[in-house]
Amino acid sequence: MTDEPLLRVSELSKFYGSRVGCEAISFDLWPGEVLAVVGESGSGKTTLLNCLSTRLLPSSGTASYRMRDGQWRELYRMSEAERRFLMRTDWGFVHQNPADGLRMTVSAGANVGERLMAVGDRHYGRIRATAVDWLSRVEIDEDRIDDEPRAFSGGMRQRLQIARNLVTGPRLVFMDEPTGGLDVSVQARLLDLLRGLVTDLGLAAIVVTHDLAVARLLSQRMMVMKDGRVVESGLTDRVLDDPRAPYTQLLVSSILQV
Amino acid sequence: MTDIATYNFAYLDEQTKRMIRRAILKGIAIPGYQVPFASREMPMPYGWGTGGVQVTASIIGPDDVLKVIDQGADDTTNAVSIRAFFKKVAKVAVTTETAKATIIQTRHRIPEHPLNAGQVLVFQVPIPEPLRFLEPRETETRKMHALEEYGLMHVKLYEDIARHGRIATTYAYPVKVEGRYVMDPSPTPKFDNPKMHRSPALQLFGAGREKRIYAVPPFTDVVSLDFEDHPFEVQTFDQPCALCAAENVYLDEVILDDHGGHMFVCSDTDHCEKRRADPSSPLSEGRAEGAGGGDLAASPATPSPALRAAPPHDGEGKEAR
Repeated sequence: MTDEPLLRVSELSKFYGSRVGCEAISFDLWPGEVLAVVGESGSGKTTLLNCLSTRLLPSSGTASYRMRDGQWRELYRMSEAERRFLMRTDWGFVHQNPADGLRMTVSAGANVGERLMAVGDRHYGRIRATAVDWLSRVEIDEDRIDDEPRAFSGGMRQRLQIARNLVTGPRLVFMDEPTGGLDVSVQARLLDLLRGLVTDLGLAAIVVTHDLAVARLLSQRMMVMKDGRVVESGLTDRVLDDPRAPYTQLLVSSILQV
Repeated sequence: MTDIATYNFAYLDEQTKRMIRRAILKGIAIPGYQVPFASREMPMPYGWGTGGVQVTASIIGPDDVLKVIDQGADDTTNAVSIRAFFKKVAKVAVTTETAKATIIQTRHRIPEHPLNAGQVLVFQVPIPEPLRFLEPRETETRKMHALEEYGLMHVKLYEDIARHGRIATTYAYPVKVEGRYVMDPSPTPKFDNPKMHRSPALQLFGAGREKRIYAVPPFTDVVSLDFEDHPFEVQTFDQPCALCAAENVYLDEVILDDHGGHMFVCSDTDHCEKRRADPSSPLSEGRAEGAGGGDLAASPATPSPALRAAPPHDGEGKEAR
Protein backbone atom coordinates (compact mmCIF):
# COMPACT_ATOMS: atom_id res chain seq x y z
CA MET A 1 0.00 0.00 0.00
CA THR A 2 1.16 3.47 -0.78
CA ASP A 3 0.81 6.41 1.51
CA GLU A 4 -1.68 8.12 -0.76
CA PRO A 5 -5.31 7.11 -1.08
CA LEU A 6 -6.89 6.17 -4.40
CA LEU A 7 -10.19 7.90 -3.86
CA ARG A 8 -11.10 10.79 -1.60
CA VAL A 9 -14.72 11.51 -0.92
CA SER A 10 -15.76 14.61 0.93
CA GLU A 11 -19.21 15.67 2.12
CA LEU A 12 -21.01 13.89 -0.68
CA SER A 13 -24.79 14.35 -0.72
CA LYS A 14 -27.51 13.39 -3.12
CA PHE A 15 -31.06 14.60 -2.75
CA TYR A 16 -34.03 13.45 -4.78
CA GLY A 17 -36.09 16.59 -4.50
CA SER A 18 -36.51 17.08 -0.77
CA ARG A 19 -35.86 13.41 -0.08
CA VAL A 20 -32.40 12.36 1.05
CA GLY A 21 -30.54 9.81 -1.02
CA CYS A 22 -27.32 10.01 0.94
CA GLU A 23 -25.94 12.87 2.97
CA ALA A 24 -22.54 14.18 4.00
CA ILE A 25 -20.52 11.06 3.20
CA SER A 26 -16.76 11.40 3.59
CA PHE A 27 -14.10 8.71 3.41
CA ASP A 28 -10.78 7.80 1.80
CA LEU A 29 -10.15 4.57 -0.04
CA TRP A 30 -6.61 3.21 -0.32
CA PRO A 31 -5.24 1.09 -3.15
CA GLY A 32 -5.91 -2.60 -2.60
CA GLU A 33 -8.49 -1.93 0.06
CA VAL A 34 -11.99 -3.40 0.07
CA LEU A 35 -14.61 -1.22 1.67
CA ALA A 36 -18.05 -2.64 2.43
CA VAL A 37 -21.08 -0.40 2.62
CA VAL A 38 -23.85 -2.10 4.57
CA GLY A 39 -27.29 -1.11 5.70
CA GLU A 40 -30.90 -2.02 5.12
CA SER A 41 -32.59 -1.39 1.81
CA GLY A 42 -33.40 2.26 1.28
CA SER A 43 -30.48 3.40 3.40
CA GLY A 44 -28.75 5.08 0.44
CA LYS A 45 -26.06 2.48 -0.28
CA THR A 46 -26.79 2.18 -3.95
CA THR A 47 -27.24 5.94 -4.35
CA LEU A 48 -23.80 6.40 -2.87
CA LEU A 49 -22.32 3.76 -5.16
CA ASN A 50 -23.94 5.29 -8.22
CA CYS A 51 -22.64 8.73 -7.28
CA LEU A 52 -19.12 7.42 -6.77
CA SER A 53 -19.14 5.58 -10.08
CA THR A 54 -20.47 8.76 -11.75
CA ARG A 55 -23.59 7.00 -12.94
CA LEU A 56 -25.39 9.67 -10.91
CA LEU A 57 -24.29 13.23 -10.26
CA PRO A 58 -24.40 14.22 -6.57
CA SER A 59 -26.20 17.32 -5.33
CA SER A 60 -23.14 18.53 -3.49
CA GLY A 61 -19.72 17.38 -2.30
CA THR A 62 -16.63 16.23 -4.12
CA ALA A 63 -14.84 13.03 -4.98
CA SER A 64 -11.27 12.94 -6.28
CA TYR A 65 -9.57 10.02 -7.90
CA ARG A 66 -5.85 9.45 -8.30
CA MET A 67 -5.27 8.56 -11.96
CA ARG A 68 -2.62 6.09 -13.09
CA ASP A 69 -0.21 8.94 -13.73
CA GLY A 70 -0.54 10.08 -10.11
CA GLN A 71 -2.68 13.12 -10.96
CA TRP A 72 -5.67 13.86 -8.78
CA ARG A 73 -8.82 14.47 -10.76
CA GLU A 74 -12.15 15.61 -9.45
CA LEU A 75 -14.70 13.13 -10.77
CA TYR A 76 -17.61 15.47 -11.25
CA ARG A 77 -15.53 18.01 -13.15
CA MET A 78 -14.32 15.52 -15.73
CA SER A 79 -15.93 15.51 -19.15
CA GLU A 80 -18.34 12.74 -19.95
CA ALA A 81 -15.88 11.28 -22.44
CA GLU A 82 -13.17 11.09 -19.76
CA ARG A 83 -15.55 9.56 -17.24
CA ARG A 84 -16.71 6.92 -19.68
CA PHE A 85 -13.14 6.13 -20.59
CA LEU A 86 -12.24 5.75 -16.92
CA MET A 87 -15.30 3.56 -16.47
CA ARG A 88 -14.17 1.06 -19.09
CA THR A 89 -10.47 1.01 -18.35
CA ASP A 90 -9.48 1.82 -14.79
CA TRP A 91 -12.79 0.98 -13.16
CA GLY A 92 -15.26 -1.85 -13.11
CA PHE A 93 -18.90 -2.04 -12.11
CA VAL A 94 -20.44 -5.35 -11.10
CA HIS A 95 -24.21 -5.14 -11.09
CA GLN A 96 -26.45 -7.19 -8.86
CA ASN A 97 -28.33 -8.43 -11.90
CA PRO A 98 -25.78 -9.73 -14.44
CA ALA A 99 -28.17 -8.92 -17.28
CA ASP A 100 -27.56 -5.22 -16.55
CA GLY A 101 -23.82 -5.56 -16.89
CA LEU A 102 -23.57 -8.06 -19.72
CA ARG A 103 -24.57 -8.01 -23.33
CA MET A 104 -26.93 -10.93 -23.30
CA THR A 105 -27.07 -11.39 -27.07
CA VAL A 106 -23.35 -11.68 -27.78
CA SER A 107 -21.11 -14.58 -26.82
CA ALA A 108 -19.21 -14.84 -23.56
CA GLY A 109 -15.94 -14.29 -25.40
CA ALA A 110 -17.18 -11.07 -26.96
CA ASN A 111 -18.47 -9.92 -23.58
CA VAL A 112 -15.02 -10.30 -22.12
CA GLY A 113 -13.35 -8.86 -25.22
CA GLU A 114 -15.56 -5.79 -25.55
CA ARG A 115 -13.49 -3.64 -23.23
CA LEU A 116 -10.32 -4.61 -25.03
CA MET A 117 -11.84 -3.66 -28.37
CA ALA A 118 -13.15 -0.45 -26.84
CA VAL A 119 -9.62 0.60 -25.93
CA GLY A 120 -8.39 -0.18 -29.42
CA ASP A 121 -7.25 -3.81 -29.53
CA ARG A 122 -7.75 -4.94 -33.10
CA HIS A 123 -6.16 -8.39 -33.06
CA TYR A 124 -8.75 -11.16 -32.96
CA GLY A 125 -6.37 -13.92 -31.86
CA ARG A 126 -5.03 -11.88 -28.98
CA ILE A 127 -8.48 -10.81 -27.81
CA ARG A 128 -9.68 -14.39 -27.88
CA ALA A 129 -6.65 -15.68 -25.99
CA THR A 130 -7.24 -13.08 -23.29
CA ALA A 131 -10.90 -14.05 -23.12
CA VAL A 132 -10.00 -17.73 -22.73
CA ASP A 133 -7.57 -16.85 -19.97
CA TRP A 134 -10.13 -14.78 -18.09
CA LEU A 135 -12.87 -17.36 -18.43
CA SER A 136 -10.59 -19.94 -16.83
CA ARG A 137 -9.75 -17.51 -14.04
CA VAL A 138 -13.42 -17.17 -13.19
CA GLU A 139 -13.90 -20.93 -13.55
CA ILE A 140 -15.93 -20.97 -16.74
CA ASP A 141 -15.07 -23.82 -19.12
CA GLU A 142 -13.25 -22.76 -22.24
CA ASP A 143 -15.77 -24.53 -24.46
CA ARG A 144 -18.49 -22.12 -23.30
CA ILE A 145 -16.66 -19.18 -24.86
CA ASP A 146 -18.99 -18.97 -27.86
CA ASP A 147 -22.21 -19.41 -25.87
CA GLU A 148 -24.42 -16.46 -25.09
CA PRO A 149 -24.78 -15.56 -21.41
CA ARG A 150 -28.47 -16.35 -21.77
CA ALA A 151 -27.47 -19.99 -21.70
CA PHE A 152 -25.53 -19.52 -18.45
CA SER A 153 -26.70 -20.10 -14.89
CA GLY A 154 -27.00 -17.15 -12.49
CA GLY A 155 -23.66 -17.89 -10.85
CA MET A 156 -21.88 -18.26 -14.19
CA ARG A 157 -23.34 -15.00 -15.43
CA GLN A 158 -22.09 -13.23 -12.35
CA ARG A 159 -18.61 -14.70 -12.81
CA LEU A 160 -18.68 -13.71 -16.48
CA GLN A 161 -19.60 -10.19 -15.48
CA ILE A 162 -16.63 -10.11 -13.14
CA ALA A 163 -14.28 -11.33 -15.87
CA ARG A 164 -15.65 -8.72 -18.27
CA ASN A 165 -14.90 -6.01 -15.75
CA LEU A 166 -11.46 -7.16 -14.77
CA VAL A 167 -10.04 -7.79 -18.23
CA THR A 168 -8.56 -4.31 -18.59
CA GLY A 169 -6.82 -4.57 -15.20
CA PRO A 170 -8.84 -1.93 -13.36
CA ARG A 171 -7.67 -0.48 -10.05
CA LEU A 172 -11.10 0.18 -8.58
CA VAL A 173 -14.20 -1.98 -8.81
CA PHE A 174 -17.68 -1.08 -7.65
CA MET A 175 -19.91 -3.96 -6.70
CA ASP A 176 -23.61 -3.70 -6.04
CA GLU A 177 -24.79 -6.78 -4.14
CA PRO A 178 -22.53 -9.09 -6.14
CA THR A 179 -23.95 -12.21 -4.51
CA GLY A 180 -27.59 -11.14 -4.38
CA GLY A 181 -30.03 -13.66 -5.75
CA LEU A 182 -27.59 -16.58 -5.72
CA ASP A 183 -28.06 -19.68 -3.62
CA VAL A 184 -25.65 -20.16 -0.73
CA SER A 185 -23.26 -22.71 -2.22
CA VAL A 186 -22.90 -20.64 -5.40
CA GLN A 187 -22.48 -17.55 -3.23
CA ALA A 188 -19.70 -19.21 -1.30
CA ARG A 189 -17.78 -20.09 -4.46
CA LEU A 190 -18.25 -16.63 -5.87
CA LEU A 191 -17.03 -15.02 -2.67
CA ASP A 192 -14.05 -17.31 -2.63
CA LEU A 193 -13.26 -16.36 -6.21
CA LEU A 194 -13.71 -12.65 -5.58
CA ARG A 195 -11.49 -12.77 -2.54
CA GLY A 196 -8.79 -14.53 -4.53
CA LEU A 197 -8.98 -12.07 -7.42
CA VAL A 198 -9.00 -9.01 -5.20
CA THR A 199 -5.89 -10.22 -3.37
CA ASP A 200 -4.06 -11.38 -6.50
CA LEU A 201 -4.71 -8.23 -8.46
CA GLY A 202 -4.44 -5.78 -5.57
CA LEU A 203 -7.82 -4.33 -6.47
CA ALA A 204 -9.51 -1.65 -4.48
CA ALA A 205 -13.22 -2.28 -4.23
CA ILE A 206 -16.34 -0.72 -2.84
CA VAL A 207 -18.88 -3.43 -2.15
CA VAL A 208 -22.46 -2.56 -1.39
CA THR A 209 -24.28 -5.34 0.39
CA HIS A 210 -26.97 -5.95 2.94
CA ASP A 211 -25.36 -9.27 3.79
CA LEU A 212 -23.01 -8.86 6.74
CA ALA A 213 -21.40 -12.22 6.05
CA VAL A 214 -20.34 -11.02 2.61
CA ALA A 215 -18.93 -7.87 4.15
CA ARG A 216 -17.00 -9.88 6.74
CA LEU A 217 -15.48 -12.18 4.14
CA LEU A 218 -14.53 -9.60 1.54
CA SER A 219 -13.81 -6.34 3.23
CA GLN A 220 -11.20 -4.88 5.50
CA ARG A 221 -13.19 -1.81 6.31
CA MET A 222 -16.87 -1.14 6.59
CA MET A 223 -19.38 1.70 6.67
CA VAL A 224 -22.83 1.21 8.13
CA MET A 225 -25.51 3.44 6.61
CA LYS A 226 -28.94 4.35 7.82
CA ASP A 227 -31.33 6.91 6.32
CA GLY A 228 -28.67 8.21 3.98
CA ARG A 229 -26.04 8.82 6.66
CA VAL A 230 -23.06 6.85 7.87
CA VAL A 231 -23.81 5.78 11.43
CA GLU A 232 -20.62 3.85 12.06
CA SER A 233 -17.43 3.01 10.25
CA GLY A 234 -14.24 1.17 11.07
CA LEU A 235 -12.40 -2.10 10.56
CA THR A 236 -14.83 -4.81 9.57
CA ASP A 237 -13.97 -7.15 12.43
CA ARG A 238 -14.24 -4.37 14.98
CA VAL A 239 -17.61 -3.17 13.70
CA LEU A 240 -19.08 -6.64 13.57
CA ASP A 241 -17.63 -7.94 16.84
CA ASP A 242 -18.01 -4.77 18.85
CA PRO A 243 -20.75 -2.66 17.29
CA ARG A 244 -21.13 0.71 18.97
CA ALA A 245 -23.99 2.50 17.29
CA PRO A 246 -27.40 1.22 18.36
CA TYR A 247 -28.40 0.61 14.77
CA THR A 248 -25.30 -1.47 14.10
CA GLN A 249 -25.98 -3.49 17.22
CA LEU A 250 -29.48 -4.14 15.93
CA LEU A 251 -28.13 -5.10 12.52
CA VAL A 252 -25.54 -7.50 13.90
CA SER A 253 -27.99 -9.10 16.30
CA SER A 254 -30.47 -9.58 13.45
CA ILE A 255 -28.32 -12.16 11.71
CA LEU A 256 -30.05 -15.51 11.76
CA GLN A 257 -28.02 -18.20 13.46
CA VAL A 258 -28.22 -21.62 11.88
CA MET B 1 -48.17 20.84 -69.50
CA THR B 2 -51.53 20.38 -67.84
CA ASP B 3 -50.46 17.61 -65.51
CA ILE B 4 -47.00 19.02 -64.74
CA ALA B 5 -48.52 22.33 -63.70
CA THR B 6 -49.95 20.67 -60.62
CA TYR B 7 -46.46 19.91 -59.29
CA ASN B 8 -43.68 22.13 -58.08
CA PHE B 9 -40.38 21.48 -59.86
CA ALA B 10 -39.06 18.12 -58.66
CA TYR B 11 -42.21 17.55 -56.59
CA LEU B 12 -41.01 19.03 -53.27
CA ASP B 13 -41.83 22.63 -52.37
CA GLU B 14 -38.95 25.10 -52.30
CA GLN B 15 -38.85 25.42 -48.50
CA THR B 16 -38.52 21.68 -48.12
CA LYS B 17 -35.76 21.49 -50.70
CA ARG B 18 -33.98 24.28 -48.89
CA MET B 19 -34.24 22.41 -45.59
CA ILE B 20 -32.92 19.22 -47.16
CA ARG B 21 -30.06 21.07 -48.89
CA ARG B 22 -29.01 22.48 -45.54
CA ALA B 23 -28.95 18.96 -44.12
CA ILE B 24 -26.92 17.81 -47.11
CA LEU B 25 -24.43 20.65 -46.71
CA LYS B 26 -24.02 19.86 -43.05
CA GLY B 27 -23.56 16.20 -43.90
CA ILE B 28 -20.84 17.09 -46.40
CA ALA B 29 -19.15 19.29 -43.84
CA ILE B 30 -19.06 16.45 -41.31
CA PRO B 31 -18.37 13.32 -43.40
CA GLY B 32 -20.22 10.27 -42.11
CA TYR B 33 -22.26 12.15 -39.51
CA GLN B 34 -26.00 11.47 -39.57
CA VAL B 35 -27.85 14.75 -39.91
CA PRO B 36 -31.50 14.69 -38.82
CA PHE B 37 -33.92 16.24 -41.29
CA ALA B 38 -37.67 16.71 -41.51
CA SER B 39 -38.42 13.89 -43.90
CA ARG B 40 -41.61 14.43 -45.92
CA GLU B 41 -44.32 12.08 -46.99
CA MET B 42 -43.54 10.93 -50.49
CA PRO B 43 -45.91 9.28 -52.94
CA MET B 44 -44.33 5.89 -52.22
CA PRO B 45 -44.04 3.70 -49.15
CA TYR B 46 -41.14 3.83 -46.71
CA GLY B 47 -38.51 1.31 -47.68
CA TRP B 48 -38.86 2.09 -51.39
CA GLY B 49 -36.40 4.94 -51.39
CA THR B 50 -38.23 7.90 -49.88
CA GLY B 51 -34.96 9.22 -48.46
CA GLY B 52 -33.08 8.89 -51.72
CA VAL B 53 -35.91 10.48 -53.69
CA GLN B 54 -36.00 13.50 -51.37
CA VAL B 55 -32.24 13.97 -51.68
CA THR B 56 -32.41 13.64 -55.45
CA ALA B 57 -35.37 16.04 -55.65
CA SER B 58 -33.43 18.62 -53.65
CA ILE B 59 -30.29 18.56 -55.78
CA ILE B 60 -31.69 17.95 -59.24
CA GLY B 61 -31.86 20.76 -61.80
CA PRO B 62 -33.32 20.94 -65.31
CA ASP B 63 -29.93 20.20 -66.89
CA ASP B 64 -29.25 17.07 -64.91
CA VAL B 65 -29.23 13.61 -66.40
CA LEU B 66 -30.64 11.03 -64.03
CA LYS B 67 -29.90 7.34 -63.75
CA VAL B 68 -31.71 5.15 -61.22
CA ILE B 69 -30.60 1.65 -60.32
CA ASP B 70 -31.95 -0.95 -57.99
CA GLN B 71 -29.58 -3.78 -57.06
CA GLY B 72 -27.51 -2.62 -60.01
CA ALA B 73 -30.35 -2.95 -62.51
CA ASP B 74 -31.97 -0.13 -64.47
CA ASP B 75 -35.03 -2.19 -65.32
CA THR B 76 -36.53 -3.17 -61.99
CA THR B 77 -39.77 -1.79 -60.58
CA ASN B 78 -38.19 0.58 -58.13
CA ALA B 79 -35.72 2.00 -60.64
CA VAL B 80 -38.30 2.34 -63.43
CA SER B 81 -40.84 4.09 -61.18
CA ILE B 82 -38.40 6.55 -59.68
CA ARG B 83 -37.00 7.38 -63.11
CA ALA B 84 -40.52 7.93 -64.43
CA PHE B 85 -41.32 10.05 -61.37
CA PHE B 86 -38.50 12.49 -62.02
CA LYS B 87 -39.17 12.51 -65.73
CA LYS B 88 -42.65 13.68 -64.87
CA VAL B 89 -42.05 16.11 -62.00
CA ALA B 90 -38.69 17.57 -63.08
CA LYS B 91 -38.77 16.87 -66.80
CA VAL B 92 -35.13 15.89 -66.66
CA ALA B 93 -33.31 13.71 -69.14
CA VAL B 94 -32.83 10.15 -67.96
CA THR B 95 -30.29 7.58 -68.95
CA THR B 96 -29.15 4.10 -68.10
CA GLU B 97 -25.53 4.86 -68.92
CA THR B 98 -23.40 5.42 -65.86
CA ALA B 99 -20.92 7.67 -67.64
CA LYS B 100 -23.60 10.02 -69.00
CA ALA B 101 -25.51 10.52 -65.75
CA THR B 102 -24.91 13.50 -63.48
CA ILE B 103 -27.03 12.09 -60.67
CA ILE B 104 -27.30 8.37 -59.99
CA GLN B 105 -29.82 7.28 -57.43
CA THR B 106 -29.08 3.78 -56.24
CA ARG B 107 -30.40 1.07 -54.06
CA HIS B 108 -27.83 -1.49 -52.90
CA ARG B 109 -25.10 -1.07 -55.52
CA ILE B 110 -22.40 1.23 -56.79
CA PRO B 111 -22.03 1.01 -60.59
CA GLU B 112 -19.09 -0.97 -61.96
CA HIS B 113 -18.11 1.87 -64.29
CA PRO B 114 -15.82 4.20 -62.32
CA LEU B 115 -17.51 7.44 -61.29
CA ASN B 116 -16.10 10.84 -62.18
CA ALA B 117 -15.77 14.14 -60.45
CA GLY B 118 -19.01 16.05 -60.80
CA GLN B 119 -21.23 13.01 -60.54
CA VAL B 120 -23.45 12.54 -57.50
CA LEU B 121 -24.38 9.14 -56.17
CA VAL B 122 -27.55 9.14 -54.05
CA PHE B 123 -28.08 6.08 -51.84
CA GLN B 124 -31.40 4.88 -50.50
CA VAL B 125 -30.82 3.88 -46.90
CA PRO B 126 -33.20 1.75 -44.82
CA ILE B 127 -31.31 1.88 -41.50
CA PRO B 128 -28.67 4.62 -41.20
CA GLU B 129 -27.44 3.67 -37.73
CA PRO B 130 -24.62 1.09 -37.96
CA LEU B 131 -24.85 0.42 -34.22
CA ARG B 132 -28.59 -0.16 -34.22
CA PHE B 133 -28.57 -3.92 -33.77
CA LEU B 134 -25.89 -3.76 -31.11
CA GLU B 135 -27.31 -0.92 -29.07
CA PRO B 136 -31.02 -0.29 -29.56
CA ARG B 137 -31.13 3.05 -27.70
CA GLU B 138 -30.78 5.93 -30.14
CA THR B 139 -29.78 8.29 -27.29
CA GLU B 140 -26.92 5.94 -26.47
CA THR B 141 -25.75 5.39 -30.05
CA ARG B 142 -25.64 9.15 -30.65
CA LYS B 143 -23.51 9.51 -27.56
CA MET B 144 -21.26 6.72 -28.80
CA HIS B 145 -20.79 8.54 -32.12
CA ALA B 146 -20.14 11.79 -30.30
CA LEU B 147 -17.51 10.25 -28.04
CA GLU B 148 -16.10 8.04 -30.79
CA GLU B 149 -16.81 4.88 -28.77
CA TYR B 150 -16.76 2.30 -31.48
CA GLY B 151 -15.54 -0.78 -29.62
CA LEU B 152 -18.98 -2.28 -29.97
CA MET B 153 -18.76 -2.35 -33.75
CA HIS B 154 -15.81 -4.70 -33.44
CA VAL B 155 -17.80 -6.87 -31.04
CA LYS B 156 -20.08 -7.66 -33.96
CA LEU B 157 -17.13 -8.54 -36.18
CA TYR B 158 -15.66 -10.63 -33.34
CA GLU B 159 -18.94 -12.53 -33.12
CA ASP B 160 -18.81 -13.21 -36.84
CA ILE B 161 -15.35 -14.71 -36.61
CA ALA B 162 -16.19 -16.70 -33.48
CA ARG B 163 -19.23 -18.21 -35.18
CA HIS B 164 -18.18 -18.54 -38.79
CA GLY B 165 -14.41 -18.46 -38.68
CA ARG B 166 -14.36 -15.29 -40.76
CA ILE B 167 -16.13 -11.95 -40.94
CA ALA B 168 -19.45 -13.10 -42.36
CA THR B 169 -21.01 -9.67 -42.80
CA THR B 170 -21.44 -9.35 -46.55
CA TYR B 171 -23.51 -6.21 -46.92
CA ALA B 172 -24.03 -3.04 -44.88
CA TYR B 173 -20.43 -3.60 -43.86
CA PRO B 174 -19.42 -0.84 -41.43
CA VAL B 175 -16.86 1.72 -42.57
CA LYS B 176 -14.97 4.51 -40.87
CA VAL B 177 -15.16 7.80 -42.73
CA GLU B 178 -12.18 10.17 -42.70
CA GLY B 179 -10.90 8.50 -39.52
CA ARG B 180 -13.83 9.71 -37.44
CA TYR B 181 -17.41 8.51 -37.88
CA VAL B 182 -18.43 4.90 -38.30
CA MET B 183 -21.03 4.76 -41.06
CA ASP B 184 -23.41 2.24 -42.56
CA PRO B 185 -22.74 2.30 -46.30
CA SER B 186 -26.42 1.31 -46.81
CA PRO B 187 -27.04 -2.34 -47.70
CA THR B 188 -24.58 -2.37 -50.58
CA PRO B 189 -22.53 -5.56 -50.81
CA LYS B 190 -19.15 -5.15 -49.16
CA PHE B 191 -17.80 -5.71 -52.66
CA ASP B 192 -18.60 -2.04 -53.28
CA ASN B 193 -16.96 -0.68 -50.12
CA PRO B 194 -13.54 -0.09 -51.76
CA LYS B 195 -15.26 1.97 -54.46
CA MET B 196 -16.35 4.49 -51.84
CA HIS B 197 -12.78 5.10 -50.72
CA ARG B 198 -11.49 8.36 -52.20
CA SER B 199 -14.18 8.33 -54.86
CA PRO B 200 -14.13 11.45 -57.05
CA ALA B 201 -17.96 11.51 -56.97
CA LEU B 202 -20.03 13.03 -54.19
CA GLN B 203 -21.93 10.36 -52.26
CA LEU B 204 -25.15 11.29 -50.48
CA PHE B 205 -27.26 9.01 -48.30
CA GLY B 206 -30.93 9.54 -47.55
CA ALA B 207 -32.99 7.58 -45.02
CA GLY B 208 -36.62 8.70 -45.30
CA ARG B 209 -38.26 6.71 -42.54
CA GLU B 210 -35.38 7.29 -40.12
CA LYS B 211 -35.13 10.95 -41.14
CA ARG B 212 -31.36 11.04 -41.53
CA ILE B 213 -29.06 12.33 -44.25
CA TYR B 214 -25.33 11.72 -44.38
CA ALA B 215 -22.64 12.24 -46.94
CA VAL B 216 -19.19 11.28 -48.13
CA PRO B 217 -17.56 14.18 -49.98
CA PRO B 218 -15.29 13.46 -52.97
CA PHE B 219 -11.83 12.08 -52.18
CA THR B 220 -12.72 11.10 -48.61
CA ASP B 221 -11.14 8.15 -46.84
CA VAL B 222 -13.63 5.32 -46.36
CA VAL B 223 -12.06 2.39 -44.58
CA SER B 224 -13.84 -0.89 -43.85
CA LEU B 225 -13.44 -2.03 -40.25
CA ASP B 226 -11.55 -5.26 -39.63
CA PHE B 227 -9.09 -7.07 -37.37
CA GLU B 228 -5.35 -7.16 -37.91
CA ASP B 229 -5.41 -10.94 -38.22
CA HIS B 230 -8.72 -11.01 -40.14
CA PRO B 231 -8.38 -8.24 -42.70
CA PHE B 232 -11.29 -6.94 -44.75
CA GLU B 233 -11.81 -8.71 -48.06
CA VAL B 234 -14.44 -8.45 -50.78
CA GLN B 235 -16.47 -11.26 -52.27
CA THR B 236 -14.93 -13.19 -55.12
CA PHE B 237 -16.70 -15.27 -57.75
CA ASP B 238 -15.55 -18.56 -59.26
CA GLN B 239 -16.93 -17.83 -62.70
CA PRO B 240 -17.16 -14.73 -64.83
CA CYS B 241 -20.54 -13.26 -65.81
CA ALA B 242 -22.42 -15.85 -67.91
CA LEU B 243 -23.57 -13.18 -70.35
CA CYS B 244 -20.62 -10.83 -70.83
CA ALA B 245 -17.80 -12.86 -69.27
CA ALA B 246 -16.81 -9.95 -67.07
CA GLU B 247 -14.54 -10.75 -64.17
CA ASN B 248 -14.05 -8.84 -60.94
CA VAL B 249 -17.60 -7.57 -60.99
CA TYR B 250 -20.44 -8.29 -58.62
CA LEU B 251 -22.66 -11.12 -59.86
CA ASP B 252 -26.28 -12.01 -59.18
CA GLU B 253 -27.48 -15.58 -59.20
CA VAL B 254 -30.46 -15.84 -61.52
CA ILE B 255 -32.77 -18.87 -61.35
CA LEU B 256 -33.72 -20.02 -64.83
CA ASP B 257 -36.24 -22.82 -64.34
CA ASP B 258 -37.75 -25.19 -61.84
CA HIS B 259 -35.06 -27.81 -62.33
CA GLY B 260 -32.19 -26.13 -60.56
CA GLY B 261 -30.95 -24.25 -63.63
CA HIS B 262 -29.22 -21.04 -62.69
CA MET B 263 -26.59 -18.64 -63.94
CA PHE B 264 -24.44 -15.88 -62.52
CA VAL B 265 -24.72 -12.58 -64.35
CA CYS B 266 -23.55 -9.02 -63.74
CA SER B 267 -25.72 -7.24 -61.23
CA ASP B 268 -24.93 -3.99 -63.07
CA THR B 269 -27.14 -4.32 -66.17
CA ASP B 270 -25.71 -1.26 -67.90
CA HIS B 271 -22.17 -2.57 -67.53
CA CYS B 272 -23.22 -5.99 -68.88
CA GLU B 273 -25.13 -4.62 -71.86
CA LYS B 274 -22.28 -2.28 -72.78
CA ARG B 275 -19.81 -5.11 -72.84
CA ARG B 276 -22.05 -7.30 -74.97
CA ALA B 277 -22.82 -4.51 -77.42
CA ASP B 278 -19.16 -3.57 -77.86
CA PRO B 279 -18.04 -5.31 -81.07
CA SER B 280 -14.36 -4.71 -80.36
CA SER B 281 -14.61 -6.75 -77.22
CA PRO B 282 -13.26 -10.24 -77.71
CA LEU B 283 -15.59 -11.34 -74.97
CA SER B 284 -18.67 -11.03 -77.12
CA GLU B 285 -17.68 -14.22 -78.96
CA GLY B 286 -16.50 -16.05 -75.91
CA ARG B 287 -19.94 -15.57 -74.50
CA ALA B 288 -21.61 -18.00 -76.91
CA GLU B 289 -19.34 -20.81 -75.73
CA GLY B 290 -19.46 -19.72 -72.14
CA ALA B 291 -23.21 -19.67 -72.13
CA GLY B 292 -23.09 -23.14 -73.67
CA GLY B 293 -26.10 -25.32 -72.88
CA GLY B 294 -29.47 -25.39 -74.60
CA ASP B 295 -31.16 -24.06 -71.47
CA LEU B 296 -29.23 -20.86 -71.61
CA ALA B 297 -29.64 -20.39 -75.34
CA ALA B 298 -33.39 -20.65 -74.89
CA SER B 299 -33.44 -18.17 -72.08
CA PRO B 300 -33.77 -14.45 -72.79
CA ALA B 301 -30.50 -12.57 -73.14
CA THR B 302 -31.36 -10.42 -70.20
CA PRO B 303 -33.26 -12.15 -67.46
CA SER B 304 -36.66 -10.67 -66.85
CA PRO B 305 -36.87 -8.02 -64.13
CA ALA B 306 -38.98 -10.28 -61.95
CA LEU B 307 -36.08 -12.68 -61.68
CA ARG B 308 -33.40 -10.13 -61.14
CA ALA B 309 -34.31 -8.76 -57.79
CA ALA B 310 -36.70 -9.27 -54.97
CA PRO B 311 -39.08 -6.36 -54.52
CA PRO B 312 -37.81 -3.77 -52.09
CA HIS B 313 -39.29 -3.89 -48.64
CA ASP B 314 -38.61 -2.67 -45.15
CA GLY B 315 -35.62 -3.81 -43.19
CA GLU B 316 -34.02 -5.38 -46.23
CA GLY B 317 -33.47 -8.71 -44.57
CA LYS B 318 -31.03 -7.28 -42.05
CA GLU B 319 -29.95 -9.90 -39.60
CA ALA B 320 -32.32 -9.58 -36.71
CA ARG B 321 -29.66 -8.75 -34.19
